Amino acid sequence: MTHGAVTLLLVILALTGCQREERDTRPQSALGSGEQPTPVTTLEPGGQRPSPADNKAASFEANAFHLSEGKRLFGWFNCSGCHANGGGGMGPALMDEKWLYGSSIESIHATIRDGRPKGMPSFHDKIPDDQIWELAAFVRSLSGNVPSSAAPQRNDDMMPHPSENRLPDAATLGKSP
Amino acid sequence: MTRMPQLAAAGLHAGASIFLAVACLPFMAEAAEPALISPPVSAAPPDDGQWMMPAKNYASTRYSELTEINEGNVKNLQVAFTFSTGVNKGQEAAPLVVGGTMYIVSPFPNVVYALDLTKPGAPMKWKFEPNPEPAAQGVACCDVVNRGAAFADNRIFFNTLDGHTIALDASTGQPIWNAHIGNINIGETITMAPLVVKGKVLVGNSGGELGVRGWVKALDAGDGRVVWTAYGTGPDKDVLIGPDFKPHYDMDKGKDLGVTTWPPDAWKIGGGNMWGWISYDPDLNLIFHGTGNPGPWNPDLRPGDNKWTSGIFARDPDTGAAKWFYQWSPHDLHDYDGINEQILLDMNWQGKPRKVLVRPERNGYLYILDRTTGEVLSAKPFGPVNSSKGVDLKTGRLIENPDKQTGTGKVVRDICPTASGLKDWQPSAFSPKTGLLYIPHNNLCMDEEGVEVNYIAGTPYVGMNVRMIAGPGGNRGAFTAWDIAAEKPAWSVKENFPVWSGAVVTAGDVVFYGTMEGWFKAVSAKTGELLWQFKTSSGIIGQPITYRGPDGHQYVAILSGVGGWAGAIVSGDLDPRDATAALGFVNAMKDLKDATTAGGTLYVFRLP
Repeated sequence: MTHGAVTLLLVILALTGCQREERDTRPQSALGSGEQPTPVTTLEPGGQRPSPADNKAASFEANAFHLSEGKRLFGWFNCSGCHANGGGGMGPALMDEKWLYGSSIESIHATIRDGRPKGMPSFHDKIPDDQIWELAAFVRSLSGNVPSSAAPQRNDDMMPHPSENRLPDAATLGKSP
Repeated sequence: MTRMPQLAAAGLHAGASIFLAVACLPFMAEAAEPALISPPVSAAPPDDGQWMMPAKNYASTRYSELTEINEGNVKNLQVAFTFSTGVNKGQEAAPLVVGGTMYIVSPFPNVVYALDLTKPGAPMKWKFEPNPEPAAQGVACCDVVNRGAAFADNRIFFNTLDGHTIALDASTGQPIWNAHIGNINIGETITMAPLVVKGKVLVGNSGGELGVRGWVKALDAGDGRVVWTAYGTGPDKDVLIGPDFKPHYDMDKGKDLGVTTWPPDAWKIGGGNMWGWISYDPDLNLIFHGTGNPGPWNPDLRPGDNKWTSGIFARDPDTGAAKWFYQWSPHDLHDYDGINEQILLDMNWQGKPRKVLVRPERNGYLYILDRTTGEVLSAKPFGPVNSSKGVDLKTGRLIENPDKQTGTGKVVRDICPTASGLKDWQPSAFSPKTGLLYIPHNNLCMDEEGVEVNYIAGTPYVGMNVRMIAGPGGNRGAFTAWDIAAEKPAWSVKENFPVWSGAVVTAGDVVFYGTMEGWFKAVSAKTGELLWQFKTSSGIIGQPITYRGPDGHQYVAILSGVGGWAGAIVSGDLDPRDATAALGFVNAMKDLKDATTAGGTLYVFRLP
């Protein structure tokens, strides 16, 4: 009897232990039209105002499913055509520590949705909003800015660089400050 | 530096003596007998000391008859003046010199400057800012370069990255007309230098990496009106193929091959762009221009020969009607654009005088074509090539190496040359004195993996993961003098980085070119021996020119400023940890950031 209860407890523990994250099975299907305020500068006359975080940000950024979806979409929507696998080309590098329009996931989401004037196209009305969040989260993984437990691992094909879960934080490149 | 056996110097042929008497008076004394190989006089008139188009003349020889600077005194060259273009992107343009004025056009934002050469320090006479759309930078494949302007009828003609062709009054810099002919929202940009032929400005589009359908347009030089448009893919009526079209080889014969050699409708997004060089033969009344790579790069996504991409057209400049076509790389497997320069020459071929066209091609072969028919007379590799095994001269077809065939889901390693070719856009120069073609080129190999790709208008359409490495020997570039008559190299100089600059050769037997470290070099046209070098402020990918200044002395000019596809790692600040950055070029250029920084500066040199 006690033996059975222990087994049952172990099974329950094992099952819950495997579940490392929640997956939203009904993603929002609306196109990218979020309205979160995302200033592209830290210079704000009259004093810096708090920039409210979007409540989606954290859930996408630390979620392995969303990150791997973001990686797939990065190829499918031709992001890789300009930014390669993070090193850049027609567009700037995404795996370094330099951010033209802010490094937060909200800023990256806004960049993909609205575009930027020097060549980044606007994918507004082209990519559903949740998928833009997935892309934004994946972009942050390229510079080592997501949990390595959630970042994508080895590719099935030619490796352009170490897998995303092994890329160091671009700001320090793995060195102590 | 490797020295290959010096071949018999340019031989002698009585038939060309008339040309020489007219065109080569300055060096008649030393070259007592006529050259074996020379451009037609109509396409390469006697040198007046000016430089009115990037290729020097319609034959595209980039040869100057000036002799003040020569093998003996070039070591004394000094800086005469410099000028900042104000743009830190790749400077691929050739300066122009007409009368006492020099004209230069910068990379995006495509500012045109006129410098007064009659005054000390060459002060600015005027500048013109076209203010192209900044968004155009997002659809320019390989840096935001511009390859120069053209002068005709006291007008400066140039193109802007966002798809405009503009005519300026050369005296005042005032715009005369502005034709909007490219659409950045489908990925079209314009980077080439226009060519003016018989009152028409010839312009083509870029965008082979974005599924842009290629075209060449002739604009009326008077008002900018489009006179004709010839597409690089599609039905015969769009390509301007009519009853006059007589291709030499069977593979190029048939109706609407620009449609039938593609999967349904793929020709509409199939590339075949024209962003390189055009030559013109006034005697035959033909222009010659290449066509770019088919899109996407992944060949599995476009079964068929993909006409009329990666080939060359001869057209009537008045109507655009095609006369012949030859395809360098049918069903291109490796992004071998066919847009390089073609040098028009008259020479004896197997005992008979032939009008030929010489083309150092991206796929690695030095082609000699009969320019009246498009027949291939010779195709010899001018560097390491393993992607193909030669050219079948009976059928004209490139013999692909099946071991290097790319496709979806497989990684093919060590393909030579790379997507950037054994030689890319960087133009070569030909000297009738030596009979040698001076070829700046790459020595790179690559791994490629085809992947699926979606077409989204205005975004890249490539479908290939690429990473490049140095070619055999480890030197990533070379400067090779090719003996056209003997079909082999006379000498070759190894360079650490790809030689992404053009070349110019003079009757003083000096050849000028630049390196991506920033060295501007003068070497002997006969032996390749380094005679002089000067370290400029940034890597050189521009086109050197030489001219006679208002003071009667010879000058040499070059734009320094690294960038372009090869230098994008510096001008675009790319991350070398990604082997596929800049379509794989960054992997071969990881150390360029340690060798040079961006910055556009004109350097002009003269003897003391």
